[in-house]
Amino acid sequence: MLTHIAFWVLAVAAVLAGAAVFWVNSMARASYALAVSFIAVGVQVLLLQQNYIGVVTILMMVMEMAVMAVYMVMFMGMNPALMPMSMVHDKRHARAVAIGVFVALAAGALLVPWPARRGAPADDVTAALGEELMGPKMLVMAAVGVVMAVTIVAGVVLAAHRSRYDRFGDDLRRRPANDPQPGGVGR
Amino acid sequence: MSDSAITTVSAGWATVAAGLLGLLAIAAAMLDGVLRTRAAGARSLGLSVPVGEVARLLRQRRRTTVAADRLLWRIGGAGLLVMALMIITVVPLDRWTLVDLDVGVVWFNAMDVLAWAFVWLTGWGANSAHSLVGGYRFLAHGLGYELPLMFALVAPAVAASSLNVGAVAAAQDDLWFVVWMPVAFLAYCLGAVAIAVWGPFSPALGADIAGGVTAELSGVDRLLFVGGRYAVLAAGAAFAVPMFLGGGAGPLLPGWAWVLVKTAAVLGVFVWLRRRLPAVRPDLFMEFGWVVLLPAVLVQDLIVAVIAVGSG
Repeated sequence: MLTHIAFWVLAVAAVLAGAAVFWVNSMARASYALAVSFIAVGVQVLLLQQNYIGVVTILMMVMEMAVMAVYMVMFMGMNPALMPMSMVHDKRHARAVAIGVFVALAAGALLVPWPARRGAPADDVTAALGEELMGPKMLVMAAVGVVMAVTIVAGVVLAAHRSRYDRFGDDLRRRPANDPQPGGVGR
Repeated sequence: MSDSAITTVSAGWATVAAGLLGLLAIAAAMLDGVLRTRAAGARSLGLSVPVGEVARLLRQRRRTTVAADRLLWRIGGAGLLVMALMIITVVPLDRWTLVDLDVGVVWFNAMDVLAWAFVWLTGWGANSAHSLVGGYRFLAHGLGYELPLMFALVAPAVAASSLNVGAVAAAQDDLWFVVWMPVAFLAYCLGAVAIAVWGPFSPALGADIAGGVTAELSGVDRLLFVGGRYAVLAAGAAFAVPMFLGGGAGPLLPGWAWVLVKTAAVLGVFVWLRRRLPAVRPDLFMEFGWVVLLPAVLVQDLIVAVIAVGSG
């Protein structure tokens, strides 16, 4: 009973905090409203007795929002990130898409005939989930991991205005590299 | 390796745990006061430095800044203390623990990451350039220390093949982990000092930026933030005991006393190091963290994993 109440309170908190992302007028508040939303979801996952996944969700999301604060300054420049600003853009289309997606998902949830439970959950649900994800689908997971890493690196490379020729000279032979910000091990 | 050796105590004991953490934090503040007084060459011992500081801050009027983001500012300032309390819920005092979480090691990690949010939010909330610069200095440090800290925690967990803090402590019956995974221990200590914005990682509070994150903090807000730093330092020291220093193992004294003695010893070293180590510049440390520290910790993890597989 208590678990049910906690679950629903967390669910409402997660949705409200998620909505707050668009109500507030500062990027810092939007970022951390999203973090609060994810923390509520993480605690819900804890209630589902997926301890590892719940705690890791909280860990990753808080860190992610902090990193977002770094990117905020790195890529947006100081002013737009630090001044009060609207968190919504292109309201008309966004509203139409949001309502459409919500109706489709809600209709799906309500109209689909849910199957009755067959069998019981495993003793160690985290291990079972890991087996399910990583066992037969290990190749997909490994490939997705590499693709994600490559995407991040490529995104930063495309966004950075200095290339390797700026760092190492036209023949790529200048050592140490000519960086505006020297590193700690003197490369 | 018996998990049943750990007893989960009732929630009422949380106040005792919080009190112990408070005592450790006060002791750390007193030691720092003594060291500060000695460094200044004053005649008095300096034990009362924190008392005077607390009295001063409690009477101080709150400073306000224009267009401060008060909500986030207050959350950030009070957060470190909350973070320290959350950390010690999974640290066993020999046989007793508040929460016997099966993923306690990850729990510590999730809580230490909160420092990123709280310190940056404190820097952000004041709407002051200096404190915001301080907040970003901390994040820059964070990018350097966090991954080595995470992988340092992997080593004891792999060796004990458990993420339960009590089980990790119990796995060190014959040999403390600090002996055969020293690199992980050092990386952990670096991270524990860093989440308290302490010692080498204090440029976020640097005098060159008028106190950085704390530039605009005053009165109770400053008391909470500064006290929170000591509490996080104490919690970091306490977590090192079951992870690397054998938990309650030791001769003569009972286990709980050994846990406290070891915690106090680690905490004392942390406080003492503040005046012994130079501040690390955030921009330089970032590369050091990724090019030196992270590979070193990964090699440590590999060695531990090979030994664990070989002996298991």
